[in-house]
Amino acid sequence: MTRSLTPLEFWVLTVAGLCLFFGVWAIASLTHVTAERFLPAPWTVLAKFVELTRQPFVGYTLQHHLASSFGRFGMGFGLAAAIGIPLGLLLGWFRWLDFIVTPVFDALRFVAPIAWVPFAALWFGTGIGGPVLVIFTGAFPPCVINAHRGARFVEPHLIEAARTLGAGNWQVITEVLLPASVPSIVAGLRVSAGLAWQSLVGAELIVASSGIGYLLVKGQASISTSIVMSGMIAIGIVGFAIDALLQAAEARIRRRRGRAN
Amino acid sequence: MLQAGASRAARLAVGAATFGALVAAWHVATATSLLPPIYFPTPAEVWQALRQIAVRGYADGRLHEHFFHSIQLVLMGFVAAVSIGVPLGVIMGASRRAEALVNPVFLLLRPIPPLAWIPLAIVWLGLGDAAKVLVIWFAAFVPAVINSYAGVRSIEPHLIEAARSLGIRGFMLVREVLLPGAMPLVFTGLRLSMQACWTTLVAGELIGAILGLGHVLYQAGLDIFPAMIVVGMGGVAVAGALTTLALDWLEDRALPWRRA
Repeated sequence: MTRSLTPLEFWVLTVAGLCLFFGVWAIASLTHVTAERFLPAPWTVLAKFVELTRQPFVGYTLQHHLASSFGRFGMGFGLAAAIGIPLGLLLGWFRWLDFIVTPVFDALRFVAPIAWVPFAALWFGTGIGGPVLVIFTGAFPPCVINAHRGARFVEPHLIEAARTLGAGNWQVITEVLLPASVPSIVAGLRVSAGLAWQSLVGAELIVASSGIGYLLVKGQASISTSIVMSGMIAIGIVGFAIDALLQAAEARIRRRRGRAN
Repeated sequence: MLQAGASRAARLAVGAATFGALVAAWHVATATSLLPPIYFPTPAEVWQALRQIAVRGYADGRLHEHFFHSIQLVLMGFVAAVSIGVPLGVIMGASRRAEALVNPVFLLLRPIPPLAWIPLAIVWLGLGDAAKVLVIWFAAFVPAVINSYAGVRSIEPHLIEAARSLGIRGFMLVREVLLPGAMPLVFTGLRLSMQACWTTLVAGELIGAILGLGHVLYQAGLDIFPAMIVVGMGGVAVAGALTTLALDWLEDRALPWRRA
């Protein structure tokens, strides 16, 4: 492509971009082009963020809200992985199961996870069960799809070799398909975690009585933009951390595979 | 070929049979009260709810009004996002300077899921359609930019060099080389954008709306009317499938060289 930039040029432009963004924001709020309650200055938001970690808002501090969100996230995501990955592997191995399950699965996938909210609330209530179901429906498809894909593209001679050595269905799945599809599964888990985190925020905006999404809704109800923005920042940081963690796991598994081959 | 055709027919037959069996099982389970009827509607109730909303209306509108209102909002946000996001992504892909300038801000905003913008949009613009279009715009914008950017970067450098050595630059280069080369990934981005749009729209309408499929879901949840919840979910699925089909059709038109 075009010639690459010198480090100096790169950093100047990077800093300029960030300054432009925060500068426009700061000037807009300082000159009161927009009302204070619509667009608080960046430092006001930062101060609010720090304050929220000390003083409870709607019952809990920011860390507590995040912790209860994270608990729901872990349950929904864990459940999706625990059911989705084995199902994907089975679909990759048994053709008849693939024929039966895949059309239903594809049809259900068109329903946005958030559309499950009313049933989630009706079936499991608004405490933990409801949000967990919504997270599950968000996180489930990538787990199944990637395990399925991983199992389908295992080299046939590996399966044949296992077969000639007398491996049964169960052994082929656990000893051949599962290890061979680990990279694909981990890539799926990463997509899945992103969707789970997003679905969690959505679920908590609508049905919850604690958690980071609930904090956002309550901030919105009291027309406190700085609380809403602090919540968004916290959501962004946690989402970023989850993704970075899984990305590191993915890279590590790739590297180990590279060495093994 | 013959075998592939036979396999597809078998797949279709088994799929249809599965759906039939599922509906039958659903009917039996609800008719015998194996599943509690307050929580699980019978197929007949769903059919009645569908007729009710289609003929008499429910939640302040008839089915087609909700349906087209939702589709209209999604398309408005989607088109606005794509018409800004794709050019921005292409510029970031083509120029390292533009990339260095825009990327950090983009990296800051990207981890915030579009749904988290809903409360802010409501504070800014209220519960009307403008707030929803803003959030949908945001949901579609990020995937559109990222994939257009990745699309331009995925073009083999010697293609661009060859074009340059033939004296093609500027707008010509964008139109003849960069855009066509980026197209496959751009469409991947549009597909992701479209999915994000629907998720966001439904969430936005569940939180507050006067018309739309999400509003039907909200009202049905409030009235504890499970049959209508099923109708609303079906509506969302059909609308999502229709827009995805429209994208497929568009992709087929935009990438004639990939047609089989």
